[in-house]
Amino acid sequence: MNDKRTTTRAKGGPALSGRRKEQARREFLRTSVMAAGLVGFSLLGFLPVVQGTSLRLRPPGALKTTDDEKEFLSSCIKCGQCVQVCPVQAINLSDMDEGFGIGTPYIHPREQACDFSCDGLQCVLACPTGSLSHALNFPADTRMGFARLSRPSACLAIQGKGFQGRARGPDYRGVLRYDEVDRWNPIPVADHPYDLELCDLCVRQCPIEIRITQCAEKKQTAGAEKLARVAEQVGNECPPVHAIALEEVAMPDGGMRMSPVIKQGCVGCGVCEMICPPEPPAIVIDIHKITDLT
Amino acid sequence: MGYILESLRQLAGAEPTRPDKDRITSRAQQVHHHKRQNPFTKAEFEAIYEDHGTGRTKWRNRRWATLVLVNLLFVLSYYFDIQILEGALTASRFVGFHMADLNSALQVMLAYKHLVLNLVIGTVTVFIMWVLLGGRTFCSWVCPYHLVSELTEKLHLLLVRKKLITNHTFDRRVRTLFYLIFSLLALITGFTVFETISPTGILSRALIYGPGIALLWVGLLLLVEIFYSRRAWCRYVCPIGVTYGLVGTISPLRVKYNVKDCHHEGDCRKVCLVPHVLSMTIKGRASNHDMDIGADCTRCGMCVDVCPTDSLNFVLGINKKSNK
Repeated sequence: MNDKRTTTRAKGGPALSGRRKEQARREFLRTSVMAAGLVGFSLLGFLPVVQGTSLRLRPPGALKTTDDEKEFLSSCIKCGQCVQVCPVQAINLSDMDEGFGIGTPYIHPREQACDFSCDGLQCVLACPTGSLSHALNFPADTRMGFARLSRPSACLAIQGKGFQGRARGPDYRGVLRYDEVDRWNPIPVADHPYDLELCDLCVRQCPIEIRITQCAEKKQTAGAEKLARVAEQVGNECPPVHAIALEEVAMPDGGMRMSPVIKQGCVGCGVCEMICPPEPPAIVIDIHKITDLT
Repeated sequence: MGYILESLRQLAGAEPTRPDKDRITSRAQQVHHHKRQNPFTKAEFEAIYEDHGTGRTKWRNRRWATLVLVNLLFVLSYYFDIQILEGALTASRFVGFHMADLNSALQVMLAYKHLVLNLVIGTVTVFIMWVLLGGRTFCSWVCPYHLVSELTEKLHLLLVRKKLITNHTFDRRVRTLFYLIFSLLALITGFTVFETISPTGILSRALIYGPGIALLWVGLLLLVEIFYSRRAWCRYVCPIGVTYGLVGTISPLRVKYNVKDCHHEGDCRKVCLVPHVLSMTIKGRASNHDMDIGADCTRCGMCVDVCPTDSLNFVLGINKKSNK
């Protein structure tokens, strides 16, 4: 403040030039404040990234390691083409509260998991920047996260219970593809009631397990010649490793019970978390893991 | 060359060059001289306005229709799954062909530091498209923020007219500073920092994928523009405008100014988003009989609409130096 007075007075020019000078000084100040403010505000976007609150379950092939999404956030051009091609609309875009993650795709598996009903990883194909890596060819190549039995006490199978009715209630809006109902179009989970003597929904609906079963059937019916297809030779299209199974497991109380056991073939797609009837679910996707091996 | 250099200077935020007397062509000097000898009378001014009529909106209508159509195409392509224009303004596919917003692509390339083929294809396609169509044409003919900002600008101007507020200007050079800072931030931090606050990306995604809290930020920007500084984001901040401005320097689609009939009343500069590009319309400042408006011009056509003497017009093709 004092600075400007001395300069304008020292100049001692006509009043107009003094005022102009004052205007220019104010404009400079305004501009500096605006520049600092805007750049500062944009850098606030760092916070959710540093704090890890922007970590999410990402679509298949996201360029990330379990706890480092930097490459993914930088390569994503925030256009949402992956959102548009997903047949079950599993993909959402992050909002501004996720800072630099704004506009990046994520999956909320409890609401709608990725069930690979596009077969061909459409989101990966749609991605213009390779932020969803084109190195992936088949669902079984994916590693989005890893399923975890987070509340064993809530698990119906462990309780020895069956399941009758709609897995997530009549108002649930999520969809899944049921091959036996419609090979091409996913239908609402609410329209597909179950009647199970022992609940095995997480195993039964697991896309990897479904694929393994289909491959086994194909092998039996079609014979050896079809296996000449490169993909099946390499073993990617037909997942070589199981993702989840219902097995007899020793309980803390000493008894043996049937329980879902997560296997190395789990891709973290979230269908088990989505379909699990208890609220909150007994099984969830851990985004900080992609394997059981440490 | 002179056009490109002067365009770059103005894009960077420098004041337009005043032509030296000896740089003004003799034909332009004759016009200036003639106008000095025969100043326009008030009656002549009024006759011109009478003759021309006020409130022409030909180009504005075409522009708004285009802007709405392009953004609607994005929305409908997703909503009805008609797959004509999929994605958002940052990157998309037009009937299958990759398109990438040049500034978004630049940010991603600087942050990610890899060149992805699809992105390069999309970037080159869009680059060629805007070279042909005028560069900052993107701003006024496509950018959704430009449209809402244009609408709220009317409110700003009304408040200024009623003397309830005054407009505050910023130093235009700050836009270059922002451009450098956001480029460097992408390069150094490895994040697309600008994308976080870009109202263009935010609005485009909000239109297509549904609203979010990011719209509050866009609302705040609009409030600043209404109550504090006219069109502040587009004039002083937006790096997207700079990127397309650079493309526009080599574009043949320009607004052309002819000094002969101009009354120098300055209506064009009053409506213009970037009035510095129209400095040659100030009395005695035109160095040529015909001149091309610089690349910071968004080709919005408001000056063409408002000009009472038809001295400003869209042309396709680069003006020859000699001017015949």
